[in-house]
Amino acid sequence: MTSLERVEARDKVTGRARYAFEYPVEGAAYLMGVQAAVGRAEIASVDHEAALALPGVLAVLSCENAPEIAEVDDPELLVFQSRKVSYRGQFVAAVVAETWETAQEAARLVRITYADERRPDVRLSADHPGLYEPEEANGGFPAVSELGDPDAAFATAAVQIDATYTTPAQHNNPMEPHATVAAWEGDDLTVYDSNQGASTVQGTLAKIFKLEPAQVRVVSPHVGGGFGSKGTPRPNVVLAAMAARAAGRPVKLAVTRQQMFATTGYRTPTIQRVRLGADADGRLTAILHEVVSQSSTLREFAEQAAVPSRVMYRASNRRTAHRLTRLDVPTPSWMRAPGETPGMFALESAMDELAYTLGVDPVELRVRNEPERDPEQDIPFSSRNLVACLRKGAEHFGWADRDPTPAIRRRGRKLVGTGVAAATYPANRMPNKATARADADGTFTIRIAAADIGTGSRTALTLVAAETLKADPAQVTVELGDSALPRASLAGGSTGTASWSTAVVRACEALLDELDGEIPPEGVEATADTAEEIKSEPEYSRHAFGAHFAEAEVDIDTGEVRIPRMFGVFAAGRIISPTTAHSQFVGGMVMGIGMALMEQSVMDAEFGDYLTHDLAQYHVPACADVADVQATWIDEEDQHLNPMGVKGIGEIGIVGAAAAVANAVHHATGVRVRDLPITPAHLLPDF
Amino acid sequence: MDSANTRGGAPPVPVSITLTVNGREHRLDIDTRASLLDVLRERLGLTGAKKGCDHGQCGACTVLLDGRRANSCLALAVANDGAEVTTVEGLAEAAGAAGEGGLSPIQEAFVERDALQCGYCTPGQLCSATGMLAEAAEGWPSFVTEDLAAEPPALDDAEIRERMSGNLCRCGAYVNIVAAVREVGA
Ligand code: FES
Ligand code: FES
Repeated sequence: MTSLERVEARDKVTGRARYAFEYPVEGAAYLMGVQAAVGRAEIASVDHEAALALPGVLAVLSCENAPEIAEVDDPELLVFQSRKVSYRGQFVAAVVAETWETAQEAARLVRITYADERRPDVRLSADHPGLYEPEEANGGFPAVSELGDPDAAFATAAVQIDATYTTPAQHNNPMEPHATVAAWEGDDLTVYDSNQGASTVQGTLAKIFKLEPAQVRVVSPHVGGGFGSKGTPRPNVVLAAMAARAAGRPVKLAVTRQQMFATTGYRTPTIQRVRLGADADGRLTAILHEVVSQSSTLREFAEQAAVPSRVMYRASNRRTAHRLTRLDVPTPSWMRAPGETPGMFALESAMDELAYTLGVDPVELRVRNEPERDPEQDIPFSSRNLVACLRKGAEHFGWADRDPTPAIRRRGRKLVGTGVAAATYPANRMPNKATARADADGTFTIRIAAADIGTGSRTALTLVAAETLKADPAQVTVELGDSALPRASLAGGSTGTASWSTAVVRACEALLDELDGEIPPEGVEATADTAEEIKSEPEYSRHAFGAHFAEAEVDIDTGEVRIPRMFGVFAAGRIISPTTAHSQFVGGMVMGIGMALMEQSVMDAEFGDYLTHDLAQYHVPACADVADVQATWIDEEDQHLNPMGVKGIGEIGIVGAAAAVANAVHHATGVRVRDLPITPAHLLPDF
Repeated sequence: MDSANTRGGAPPVPVSITLTVNGREHRLDIDTRASLLDVLRERLGLTGAKKGCDHGQCGACTVLLDGRRANSCLALAVANDGAEVTTVEGLAEAAGAAGEGGLSPIQEAFVERDALQCGYCTPGQLCSATGMLAEAAEGWPSFVTEDLAAEPPALDDAEIRERMSGNLCRCGAYVNIVAAVREVGA
């Protein structure tokens, strides 16, 4: 497809693009949340007096005076409805003041007395007494799957790998903190909010405040990243609406970076045991992948980390299982490729261990275990080009010359190694509505309440509409990020482009049917709803695949790991917008480098809450951490997806990236690190 | 347990200051606790400078303060009475690229190279790059400068990465950011 400059790039480089907190709303006051200082207790009383006595303070809210709101599925949203403290850092009060400075000062003065305080249970372990098997894992997957006799097949396999891998809690940390400006006009509510789906937030607010959806408007044209943390509404949006009503004024709420670590979601830590049984040629006979993770006492969230092992490799005996324990912690949630990201770190590390044990090249090992059909569901893949990705990446990376022996290459005072890992992510679709409009001046307008959180969806949908309408992209305007537009699904699960473009194509086709000759002065408009089309999908296993190649340099004195180059190849259906797609893939890989080498949220085992709760302690990759990172793709034609033939690309870039780095570190040093992140502490003692 | 600080609340102390922002002078009565960032965003409506952390850890709030890049969240407005500030909104004009749609060279390079995704770190990256290119042109070395005698130091990729590492980008647009800066710095 033709390349198009990111549609809103000029607005973003001039500061014209407005994010939630930046909407000028007449008379807005400032709202600041107060967090629980204990991990498990009852709130005995909240004293508002000292805060209210401060000049400029308009209101204080807590369980003492909060209006009742309606129940919704996510108890995290039921702010101030209970006296129970479920985790340290939970919002338990809030103040509204004339200025941001006064709001911060007043928040300190809210005096909370706790009763029945108990030591919070916050440590995940593989033998935690509370472990249980949930009915489903996130995404609606069954928690357990089994085929054949995996235990017996593993026990009798010629070659066995049995290893446990751990990934720490990680925080999404979009650069724009969650923020909401809320304003009521009578019983109509408008929020300017930072989220991954305006229609979803609209629906949730309508339920909570007992309104008709049409009474709630959610405006979010520009969102400063989300990576899953803005996929579900967060307490901030409820709190802002509640406080605006209580104070009788519009209010602005920006969650602080520190508050984000408790209140806006994170990726659960995982403990994963992987067992691989293979014959002497490396053909897998058994795959067992068992995952332990955590959730809060408020809500069950089971990260589906073993799910990728259901589609990756052929083996007649297999088991995947998830167990979960409920701790006094914030509820974990979606972070870029939930399930696949931690799960593929474990599986792809284990595959590397198997390759090393067998003396088989790790690319070849994967090729040898390529299934012809979905190995668990026994249905065809709509398309599967993992092998092509591996081959293309190997060629580009110079893999053929690789000596598999670990710890023998030096570059000055650095040990050097290379690693490979595969990637996968499901390709799903959600129902959507869209309208397409033609005006007499020759321009077209597409309307859909989709989100562009930096993913390039505005650009991609412009190209989709232009192609369908056979128009110049310059004639097409896409309006998105507003719940007043036709109802759309989330930017999540890499479903955005696939789902929204289906609706956009259908709306454009309907418009073309209506257009004949001159466009009347009032214009012509057509609408599409894809609910029926999506229901009747034929049975295929639909997934994107990819391969990461990484080079690691490890300093022999300090144990510091650097990644001089990384190359990713992806097979993700048709790529609509090459410019923004490349940025998406590379961005995912960069986050994968962060996961491999630095990202780690450390729980305060004594008091609860994450200790590493700012960007000085929770490290994300900086410019100097990222050298030569490149991505490319395979032209993949898949007739079984959607009219544009796209699979979605927002998440697959991170999947497997950390394993490629860990495998490269092993090749460089001979040290197998199974516990992320890979820090000097893992490496130095073994040099 | 008692969570609140027992000290009484402090009411605001107003002070009058003058700021010249993007060439325009503003007389302002401000709260002594207000950061320069909050004065720009909340008082002057210049929301180009972003708040990513409010603690000097991310660079999203970077502006040019008296010609040098600075984290405006760490600068108290009261301590900057009389300062000249350039924000992302003023970069084009400061580069002599005024007029509708005019962009400074670094802004243009960011657009061309797609050196952004969500755009939230972008104003800070742009102000930082502008300040950094001026520092390099004046011969300032960095942590990775090999030849301290070279004037000005050659801006290779390692230099650019080092000098731009105060500006985090969670979208991971670094490869394109470095390419854009390299192009303008060449
Ligand atoms: S907002 Fe100033 S450095 Fe992050
Ligand atoms: S473009 Fe999103 S944080 Fe840099």
